[in-house]
Amino acid sequence: MFEFDVVTLSRLQFALTAMYHFLFVPLTLGLALLLAIMESVYVMTGRTVWREATQFWGTLFGINFAMGVATGVTMEFQFGTNWAYYSHYVGDIFGAPLAIEGLMAFFLEATFVGLFFFGWKRLSKVQHLVVTWLVALGANFSALWILVANAWMQNPVGAAFNPQTMRMELTSFSEVLFNPVAQSKFVHTVSAGYVTGAMFVMSIAAYFILNRRHVDIARRSLTVAASFGLASALSVVVLGDESGYTAGENQKMKIAAIEAMWETEPPPASFTLFGIPDLKSETTKYEIKIPWVLGLIATRSLDKPVEGVKALVERSEERIRNGMAGYQWLAKEGGRPNAAVPPELDASMRDVGHSLLVKRIRPDIENATDAQIHEAALSTIPDVPVLFWSFRIMVALGFYFIALFAAAFYLSSRRRCGKRWFLRMTMYSLPLPWVAAELGWIVAEYGRQPWIIDGTMPTFLGVSNIPASNVAASLAAFVLFYSALAIIDVALIVKYVRIGPREEADPQASGAPVFPAPAPAQNQ
Amino acid sequence: MFDYMTLRLIWWALLGVLLAGFAVLDGFDIGVAMLHPFIARNDAQRRVTLNAIGPVWEGNQVWFILGGGAVFAAWPPLYAVSFSGFYLAMLLVLIGFILRPVAIVFRGKREERGWRETWDWLFFVSGFVPALIFGVAFGNLLQGVPFHFDQTLRATYEGGLLGLLNPFGLLCGLVSVTMLAMQGAAWLSVKSEGDVAVRARRYGALAAILLVLLISAAGLWTMLGVEGFRIVGVIDHAGPSNPLSKTVTREAGAWLDNYRAYSWMIAAPAAAYAGALVAALAFALSAKRLALLASSLSVAGVAAMAGFSMFPFLLPSSTHPSQSLTVWDASSSKGTLSLMLIAVIVFLPIVLAYTSWVYYVLRGAVTEAAIRRGDDYYY
Repeated sequence: MFEFDVVTLSRLQFALTAMYHFLFVPLTLGLALLLAIMESVYVMTGRTVWREATQFWGTLFGINFAMGVATGVTMEFQFGTNWAYYSHYVGDIFGAPLAIEGLMAFFLEATFVGLFFFGWKRLSKVQHLVVTWLVALGANFSALWILVANAWMQNPVGAAFNPQTMRMELTSFSEVLFNPVAQSKFVHTVSAGYVTGAMFVMSIAAYFILNRRHVDIARRSLTVAASFGLASALSVVVLGDESGYTAGENQKMKIAAIEAMWETEPPPASFTLFGIPDLKSETTKYEIKIPWVLGLIATRSLDKPVEGVKALVERSEERIRNGMAGYQWLAKEGGRPNAAVPPELDASMRDVGHSLLVKRIRPDIENATDAQIHEAALSTIPDVPVLFWSFRIMVALGFYFIALFAAAFYLSSRRRCGKRWFLRMTMYSLPLPWVAAELGWIVAEYGRQPWIIDGTMPTFLGVSNIPASNVAASLAAFVLFYSALAIIDVALIVKYVRIGPREEADPQASGAPVFPAPAPAQNQ
Repeated sequence: MFDYMTLRLIWWALLGVLLAGFAVLDGFDIGVAMLHPFIARNDAQRRVTLNAIGPVWEGNQVWFILGGGAVFAAWPPLYAVSFSGFYLAMLLVLIGFILRPVAIVFRGKREERGWRETWDWLFFVSGFVPALIFGVAFGNLLQGVPFHFDQTLRATYEGGLLGLLNPFGLLCGLVSVTMLAMQGAAWLSVKSEGDVAVRARRYGALAAILLVLLISAAGLWTMLGVEGFRIVGVIDHAGPSNPLSKTVTREAGAWLDNYRAYSWMIAAPAAAYAGALVAALAFALSAKRLALLASSLSVAGVAAMAGFSMFPFLLPSSTHPSQSLTVWDASSSKGTLSLMLIAVIVFLPIVLAYTSWVYYVLRGAVTEAAIRRGDDYYY
């Protein structure tokens, strides 16, 4: 079924390392902000219970943060190691937000996170609070810039191909920065991070309340997390809709695949709540449809059609043919110091990316037969069942989060924690935001296939020219290494949750030491 | 703002600044990691070395990440060819950079002796492997590496990991290991007291003297035994970034051309030597701050030496010298270089300001007694 060539292995490795890194990122985003909120309450009220809460959640934040830093380095370098031709082709545009992310966000977050832990005694209350807020700010800036970069892959604006250097070059940074996909992705993704942070705090707080331990800190944490979580969960779903809308503008194929919508839906398009996509017959069986909803999400209107897979494939086929002239000119003239695209080829040049899809079938694409061009056009259909189900599970989870946070918020506003079954449900909901976040990644990135840059460069062309055995070796190393680290990370988090916060009222920790410092080693 | 040629020169200089920033700041983290099992001999001492970099390693590591990002943004062909060409070497470096954060944070989170000793050695590996590979990589840059392009500028690299481990590459690897060990020792001598500080000074002095010998050996070898690269014919300093339209020759000693043409560049080797010698002396005299200053100067000097010798080459090709990447044909577009320069001018001073403030807040030595008291946060 799979062919283990460089392309497949590199894609597997990227998916594995990105999804793994994305286990730690959302929690960092959400928890950093929750720490800042709790510490703000401490500084405003002066009640030490809030400082203890901040320090307890801070310890867990520290374990998670180390994993985020460790796995993030891989991401920054993987474009060069495994996607060298992509890096050459779009580094002029794509590299800029990554570098700015380093300058503006990583430095801020990473420089102050040390002070967050080591600065409690060295800084005044207000100084330390500022430090905590700067860590949270850095984490959010970082999300902004990486999503600006990612959005450019989904919707490559503000760039043009330069035949002299044989690559895409920046024409308008403001278009890249204000890419509508970037705006909605940023809000959607950070909100998802906030939901993850809120759920993490709320679940562990529920665990403490169920076990009647640290109830004081747990109840306060639960209140903060419930209100913060409710606002974030609403924002994820409302602004997830926004993501759907922009996908409708720029990536019609993605939305058609998410909907398993083979034929163009006449306006107002209906939303498929349930169905079984059948790839062979290109139909979706047992559909349950809600009228009008998709038209509203995707076109913000009741009078525009939403295009189906088949119509989009036909359009791709046209573009593949149209790009051939530009491709042939490039093959002859590209890379010459004075190369300039003849004006009559301008339109064709815009479709060269589509023509390149044929390269997967035969290298001399100008001689492709009609059947081969059709085959290449069919390759623009992403994995329909995976997208269809990932999207639906993600959305269902989103609504579940709203309900759960709303209930917790209502209860805590009445100064209650809820029945034991409710607390237990809250506790066991802990992994769900991660499930939703990873599914969101799959919808966004797996749904972008076969493109590494939408409509511009097919994924298989972006890889490095390296032996498959090297990629197999690195993939194996990452699997082994990351699995071991995951086990250790979870075990440590569980251990520190069990230990719980150090409270001053706690006789074991009476007196000054409020720091969760490790004990000396045994046998020394 | 600036013309294309000036922008390329500025970005070449900024590449050097980033490299030096990384080598000086992250360098002492790497050095501390390498010295950790040798200088610190019981749990309390190991916690001293760990906590000497505990609050600052995250920020320092960003110099490495930013280095990657800046090369990607300003020199995309260099990023593409070097990272994919050095694939397995990069994998080893990455593993080092993944291990370091978790070793620092996880070591103290359990009490068992085996747990802690395992992390101690992984911490060592996380310093030693990247230090060695960075040096080996530079040693191979000076000799040229086997790559070429096709007409679409897709690069093919014809060597493997073992090809990098040639004698000159390994010598440069030793230079890097020794240099960063010296830098780590200098940091430890400032940030610790008692046994740890005494041993740090001893190891530091040894590393500094060794570094002088190793740089001399590598320098002599570069002069006599390494065929440098030289562009012949007219160079278009503002031409399109396409490395296929120039002619390059090779000649032993060509890496010294720049020092003959621009005598001020001799400041780099002078700083490397003088810094190491002064550091050795300062270690011996227990002048801790001077040792750190001199060591940092030496580290920056070594980084600058590599850059000055190779200018305008960034990544010379041993098999197709005329396709080598240079400052004049491997940069981003003028627009991107201008934009990124603005970003650097705005943000780098801010970064340097708050980094200095954080170091100021965290000033003072980490002592075994304070860690035992446990009245502040320690790993």
